Amino acid sequence: MCQDRNAKPEPLELQTRILSRNDSAAAHNREHLVERGIFTVNVMGSPGSGKTAVLEATARAFGDVRRVAALAGDLATDNDAARLRRAGMRSGAIETVQACHLDAEMIHHELHHFDLEGVEVLFIENVGNLVCPAVYDLGQSANVVVLSVTEGEDKPLKYPTMFAKADLVLLTKGDLLPHLPSANVSAIFDALARVMPDPRMLPISPLTGEGVKDWIGWLTMSRDAMMAATAVTA
Amino acid sequence: MHEYSIVQSLVDSVAAAVGRREASVQRIDVAIGELAGVDCSLLATAFEVFRDGTLCERATLTIDRIPARWECSRCGGEVPRGGFLRCALCDTPARLAAGDEIVLQRIELEVA
Repeated sequence: MCQDRNAKPEPLELQTRILSRNDSAAAHNREHLVERGIFTVNVMGSPGSGKTAVLEATARAFGDVRRVAALAGDLATDNDAARLRRAGMRSGAIETVQACHLDAEMIHHELHHFDLEGVEVLFIENVGNLVCPAVYDLGQSANVVVLSVTEGEDKPLKYPTMFAKADLVLLTKGDLLPHLPSANVSAIFDALARVMPDPRMLPISPLTGEGVKDWIGWLTMSRDAMMAATAVTA
Repeated sequence: MHEYSIVQSLVDSVAAAVGRREASVQRIDVAIGELAGVDCSLLATAFEVFRDGTLCERATLTIDRIPARWECSRCGGEVPRGGFLRCALCDTPARLAAGDEIVLQRIELEVA
């Protein structure tokens, strides 16, 4: 194709966020959820780190299970949502098909027909992946990363974006430590403190019940803080 | 690999900026932070594949990689990377001052 000799380049300064559409949908979700007094947690972690097991234990220990609910994202199957329903938690499945992460519009779409009556804490169990889910804001109030002791001490250093954004890291499978002579929990914390400015790590075991009470305490405290902040700005 | 969905959003952002103008996009400048969770070479590959048939077909993509920079969230002093992310002077947790950008900086249009 011939170039037009009179054509002149015209620079256009923009400085806009490429994911601004996702950001707007996330802001809309957040506003809607916070207004209803729902503390929303984006639960992320590697495949097999124990995200669903943690949420099953949460359902069993929460007291009134009607106050918690979950949306579980997976590339295929609704197995995780079905597991959570069997544990007593109101749950919906989001099949992402090809997408390696959930985005704010998927959550928005799901929230339109998900019953949130009486819910105080909503978990969004993201697709098992330590890279892509960290990029997309969903409208959550907090990010929680589930990390198992079998994944290696340097996992936080390898995936700094994910851990830099975390509000809390739940360390799972600690019951396996007697069989893992080279695993070192203090080395995991050390790695975490180099990528996460205010490192908070809570060992939790759905098997033995270790840490479950503290985890529920953290959820309750965080929701109270959210409610207090909303009351101040209202 | 989410770089394809980022390119989709990039093309949409460029289309919104061009609007109804009769112009072709010659150049696209983006800034990607080191801690943005985006792989620059995958982004460039995704752009090559995805731009066909879009208004970005003839555009060159320039990616400016922004290094991560941490600073004290209280006194603003620099907190060196690699070590614990707390201020050496006041022990306050650091905050990310730069390095999480996924930004469309500018485009260059050829207007007839």
